[in-house]
Amino acid sequence: MGAPDPSRLLVRMEKITKRFAGVTANLEVDFNVRAGEVHALLGENGAGKSTLMSVLYGLYRADSGSLSIDGKEVAFSSPRDAIAAGIGMVHQHFMLIRSQTVWENMILGLEGLPSILPKRVIRDRINELSQRYGLLVDPDASVWQLSIGEQQRVAILQMLYRSANILILDEPTAVLTPQEAEHLFETVRQMTSEGHGVVFISHKMDEVMGLSDRVTILRKGRHAGTVDTSSTTKEKLAEMMVGQKVIFQIEKKAASPGRSVIECRDVHALNDRGFPALSGVTLSVREGEIVGVAGVAGNGQLSLCEAIVGLRRAESGRILINGNDMTNTSPKVVIDSGIHYIPADRKGTGLVPNMNVSENSILKRYWNRPVSKRGFIVWREVFQFARELVSRYNVSTPSIGTPVRNLSGGNLQKLMLGRELSDSPKAIIAAHPTWGLDVAATKFVREQLLAARDSGGAVLLVSEDLDELLAMSDRMVVMFKGRIMGELDDPAETPLEKIGLMMAGDRSGEPLEAAIEEGETA
Amino acid sequence: MRLSLKVEPRIETPRFLGFMIPVASLVSALLVGAVFLHFMGVSPVRAYSTIIRASLGDSYGISETIVKAIPLTMVAIAVMLAFTMLIWNIGCEGQIFMGAIASAAVVRYFSVDSRPLMFIMLFAASATAGGVWAAIAGFFRAKWNVNEIITTLMLNYVAINFFNYFIYGPWRDPTSLGFPMTPLFPSTARLTCYCGTRVHAGLILALLLPLISWVVLRFTRWGYEIRVIGENPKAAGFAGMNYVKNVVLVMFISGAIAGVAGMCELSGLQGRLQAGFSGGYGYTAIIVAWLARLHPIAIILVSFLLGVLLVGGETLQIVMRLPLSSMLVLQGLILFFVLGGEFFRKFRIRVVWPEKQSPVKEGE
Repeated sequence: MGAPDPSRLLVRMEKITKRFAGVTANLEVDFNVRAGEVHALLGENGAGKSTLMSVLYGLYRADSGSLSIDGKEVAFSSPRDAIAAGIGMVHQHFMLIRSQTVWENMILGLEGLPSILPKRVIRDRINELSQRYGLLVDPDASVWQLSIGEQQRVAILQMLYRSANILILDEPTAVLTPQEAEHLFETVRQMTSEGHGVVFISHKMDEVMGLSDRVTILRKGRHAGTVDTSSTTKEKLAEMMVGQKVIFQIEKKAASPGRSVIECRDVHALNDRGFPALSGVTLSVREGEIVGVAGVAGNGQLSLCEAIVGLRRAESGRILINGNDMTNTSPKVVIDSGIHYIPADRKGTGLVPNMNVSENSILKRYWNRPVSKRGFIVWREVFQFARELVSRYNVSTPSIGTPVRNLSGGNLQKLMLGRELSDSPKAIIAAHPTWGLDVAATKFVREQLLAARDSGGAVLLVSEDLDELLAMSDRMVVMFKGRIMGELDDPAETPLEKIGLMMAGDRSGEPLEAAIEEGETA
Repeated sequence: MRLSLKVEPRIETPRFLGFMIPVASLVSALLVGAVFLHFMGVSPVRAYSTIIRASLGDSYGISETIVKAIPLTMVAIAVMLAFTMLIWNIGCEGQIFMGAIASAAVVRYFSVDSRPLMFIMLFAASATAGGVWAAIAGFFRAKWNVNEIITTLMLNYVAINFFNYFIYGPWRDPTSLGFPMTPLFPSTARLTCYCGTRVHAGLILALLLPLISWVVLRFTRWGYEIRVIGENPKAAGFAGMNYVKNVVLVMFISGAIAGVAGMCELSGLQGRLQAGFSGGYGYTAIIVAWLARLHPIAIILVSFLLGVLLVGGETLQIVMRLPLSSMLVLQGLILFFVLGGEFFRKFRIRVVWPEKQSPVKEGE
């Protein structure tokens, strides 16, 4: 690996056009990656980033245009071809086999292995790669035992193990703590210094500004420009993305909280594998306020939401809604008492992908008039309701008869939000409501949540986007290992370092004495 | 120059393929079946024309085809209901037997002179027996995630052995000269037959059930619930639907329908429990439901089609001396090709010419 030669084009995509059944996802897009650079790819949802990268990774075939890798023109028809050409992709959802060990995952799909696996050789290679790139991970650990951050390292290692020269990282920091993200950036810098090319897909402007050498912006499937990072600003990039000035600040009135709607008292719960997920959470959410829940992914935030809405059993403790004990009743009872839930996993939990927009629109009201009468669904009313929802919440869909699996992430979220908010709920539990959404959709979702708060709703907001939490929350709690590490009454004024320390398991925001002690005894 | 084939996933399935794929699967199965028949030493053309002539050639043939289609339709509806919820009820065969056993018990111990009362009892008993039989597997599945494919299949053997116990043991007709069969049902427990054929009143049920289930699935709250549960159980839980209750209920109804089908077969056709009671309708119905792509109305048509094959097959046995199992081979081929056809719904195959490197334009 010599010094990177910046004139060498690892990837050159020219005039890539890809259409899906009448929708143009990419129109004559140019994109290239030089040796030794981080090239950020920026754009709203539906701007065509994933399509472009899927063409590069061999998942789709372009309708027209050309693709060259290292100067040679190629036509991939499957990811296998792309991998052979040295392209590696780390998806948002890692393609790892959870029940297998790290080293077994490493050789997944590799051809030409001897039938007796040279485990030692594989392990040595992993150790060598992880040393070189700072991707520390135990080769013998099973993937399910690893944290999300570690799993991501395994996914990156997997690509390096295949000698990938060009690495596509699809929103890699969405699941990481600030510290882990910084660690990832060092790895990326190490890779580029050795001449690898990295494509970095992200929504977070600060990261794009901090990490990348160049930025390519896509807008509505077209190439909106490629700029050197050093000669641009966040505002300029945002402008290129949406074609208009974006306001980063959220307009927010002062909260006027009323009586408590959701109350958790010393709630304990287990996760799906039977390990403690919540270890004594006490929390209340009042009318007319937004309570933010911060924390690194997997510290019990989602279990807390599930426990409140009745999808996860509380082993002990009590959950009160409007003063009534709702501990371990049923989701139906909780819904009927006016609690609405916006789950993080939209396609998996919040919607039925193979059903259409109108069928999905009544998921939480199919037992109520007017959409249902005497046990029958009144489709005329359903269509009416779905049409109203689509127009009020700006869901862009070909028709209300379109299966929702064909909608983009932002539109899925708008549809779900509309469904949950349309009858002014008493409380909203929103888990990562803006996750993966573009600037405009994010703004829309936040406004809707604030509107729900202003009309007296109690909002519990779980997010990994600290900026979002700080801007939105009236109060904020930080969770770590199923416990609440502390409550912040004025989140916007709290120094970030303090929150960061609490996220890492420190109650007071002082140095990590407790954690160190714990580490020593363990 | 060497061309190669590449498999690519489809983003959307064109409409006409939804119809063409089952038809093409059927045709391919019959073609492969022709090769098989050829090696059995019979002319495939003659064999197939015999099948058509025997089953559709005259009014008797048609009536016999309908007789076969009746239980097939009913049981396929039972299978379809469970499949819609992603519960694989492979146990309809056993549920048919349980329905028949319960009916025979009613006739043996509670026989009354009033025909309507008799049939209300027969109906209730067979539905309950079949329903409970299926609900057992449903309960274990819903509560403890026990694989229902295994349990329903196992329960088939239990049911069939129960059945054999009764016909060889306590319920054997003393005047049957040792044949394993129960005494003939009294006429109050026999379904009406039409036009001097063996087509019995079960036909009404076989035509009504698909219609009712279509209405239930499309237009009722409960139908909406079970479709949501089938498509995405997690979303169903999130929407407050009760998974356990619904799985047990759907399995009960599925089994009840199969049980009633057993009762109809018994009261309409055979009039007594005897060895070889069901011609494997519980299994053939799985093929029917799948060929019909779980559409209730299509199930009627496909059942008729399979009825043709069954009636034709019996005739082949006699005319061409083919073993019955050769018909099972044909049925197996059909299911095999239908399942294989699913592949073309999700993927397309593209011919790649190596010397042409630029992307080839294709119709979506």
